[in-house]
Amino acid sequence: MNWITNYVRPKINSIFSRREVPENLWQKCDECGTMLFHRELSDNQNVCTSCGHHMHITPRDRFTALFDGGVFTEVAVPEPLSDPLKFKDQKKYPDRIKAAQKKTGEKDAMLVAAGEIGRTPIVAAAQDFSYMGGSMGMYVGNAIIAAAEEAVKLGRPLVLFSAAGGARMQEGILSLMQMPRTTVAVQMLKEAGLPYIVVLTHPTTGGVTASYAMLGDVQISEPNALICFAGPRVIEQTIREKLPEGFQRAEYLLDHGMLDRVIPRTEMREELITIIRMLMKLPPQVVGDLPSPQDAEADSAEAANTSADAAASEEAAQ
Amino acid sequence: MTQYLEFEKPLAEIEGKAEELRALARANEEMDVADEAAALDAKAAQLLKDLYKDLTPWRKCQVARHPERPHCKDYIEALFTEFTPLAGDRNFADDLAVMGGLARFNDQPVMVIGHEKGSDTKSRIERNFGMARPEGYRKAVRLMEMAGRFGLPVITLVDTAGAYPGKGAEERGQSEAIARSTEMCLKIGVPLISVIIGEGGSGGAVAFATANRVAMLEHSIYSVISPEGCASILWKDAEKMREAAEALRLTAQDLNKLGVNDRIIPEPLGGAHRDPKAAMNAVAKAISEMLEELDGKSAEELIRDRRKKFLDIGSKGLAA
Repeated sequence: MNWITNYVRPKINSIFSRREVPENLWQKCDECGTMLFHRELSDNQNVCTSCGHHMHITPRDRFTALFDGGVFTEVAVPEPLSDPLKFKDQKKYPDRIKAAQKKTGEKDAMLVAAGEIGRTPIVAAAQDFSYMGGSMGMYVGNAIIAAAEEAVKLGRPLVLFSAAGGARMQEGILSLMQMPRTTVAVQMLKEAGLPYIVVLTHPTTGGVTASYAMLGDVQISEPNALICFAGPRVIEQTIREKLPEGFQRAEYLLDHGMLDRVIPRTEMREELITIIRMLMKLPPQVVGDLPSPQDAEADSAEAANTSADAAASEEAAQ
Repeated sequence: MTQYLEFEKPLAEIEGKAEELRALARANEEMDVADEAAALDAKAAQLLKDLYKDLTPWRKCQVARHPERPHCKDYIEALFTEFTPLAGDRNFADDLAVMGGLARFNDQPVMVIGHEKGSDTKSRIERNFGMARPEGYRKAVRLMEMAGRFGLPVITLVDTAGAYPGKGAEERGQSEAIARSTEMCLKIGVPLISVIIGEGGSGGAVAFATANRVAMLEHSIYSVISPEGCASILWKDAEKMREAAEALRLTAQDLNKLGVNDRIIPEPLGGAHRDPKAAMNAVAKAISEMLEELDGKSAEELIRDRRKKFLDIGSKGLAA
């Protein structure tokens, strides 16, 4: 290191190679401030490679990382009535919906898919916090019911990734009614004897926690996720005292017996495969890459040939 | 002496004047004020009628929260016999914000559970203003499960601003407790009837009101969030609660159109607190009718109907 590398070169570079740099090539970690290259970050499922902070991930990206080979089929969700209350605050509800759809490219705040993880068939549902705070409205309720029905139909477990600020106020009482509705969905799974696994991600709060997000057979959380019924600000205003460090975070809930496990996103897939295969009474996952089905067929055909050959040569020897 | 709500001020003036006149007449026997007082009374009655003819949603919120409105305890005392409170969640504590126990309704043994707000400073503090902690919901789960096993209908009386937002409540799993309570409501094979007598506040209300039949008193409310809370989030101004109350459609009348409640129980003119006896009679009549509707249904039917009822909610809008 000398003054040339430190000073002169950057300056020369800045004169001679002022290339256009796309703005979103680098993303700053909200926690440690490290600048992260977008590809590296997305390869690590939006977990900071420097401090391990879990950033937001869209349901689509999550499913791509979760399912074998990134392959999944979307499960159709019945369309609910749009804007049943004709709700208007400072903006009209349909305008908010349009903006959220434009921002996320998704229909609403939940994506349901069927596919395999570690060759274990599952149905998965993931909530999208970037879509109106992931709020639970009628669409989200319908999505969870559709996911449960699909799981029951296919005899598969349901894995649900929750992320929400709570109920969607713009749907008023009808958003609140998703609490009993989604609870019915969970009961369908339980009656069919199928595992229901909830992965709580940052943040999962309000009516969502007080219904389907807390009724899993196994409750897993991503590290440091905020999980609560009433938010910390509301509580501080009510009891007028400072809340302890880490209050309502995943690890705090684990300490208080409210969760089974806290698992980093990058290890979640393996974790889910292990748990689901045991609950479904399947043999352990085969570790390592299995050959693709075509190759495997060719291999076994070859193996059959060789053994036949061996038998033939044995016969010949006799 | 009635406590007047803000919008009832003109009424307070007239009724106050009538009262003053009568007091004067009592002090001075020669004065004959009967006619004047009667005129004032008539005026007051007319005004009361006008005020309550078409209450705005925000005014309904105020009536629903009226401190003198009959609470769960009053209804239990008036409508049930042999009420035997059962306490505790067998885990941590007994939550006084939730009352519950065995009782007889028209001689029929039932389980009655409800939120109790308290009626004076001491009891309000004791009962945490009707805001239950996890223990309250877990007690309710215990009682509902027991009622299910012994085939006793469950009657819930809902009157809460919401579940308590406190440190301990969160640590002990407020959300899980509410979720389990809703789950138990959907699970039991006995008739479950819910009456929203005042405030139906968010998840704290759903935990009791996931019932076969839901009735709401004429001026009660049921909402995903309080108008003040909604205003401060969506309007960034808690003072916009009138607009928020309007937008949320939280009145018994709007919710009936949406299929959230099955019936509206009429209240005496000026709200349940002006004639508690009349209100109680109306509630008693509604409960016995609803019990009759569910009479003879099997456990499977009750569970199936209850699920279907909630799965179907949202299929019709307000226009219908």
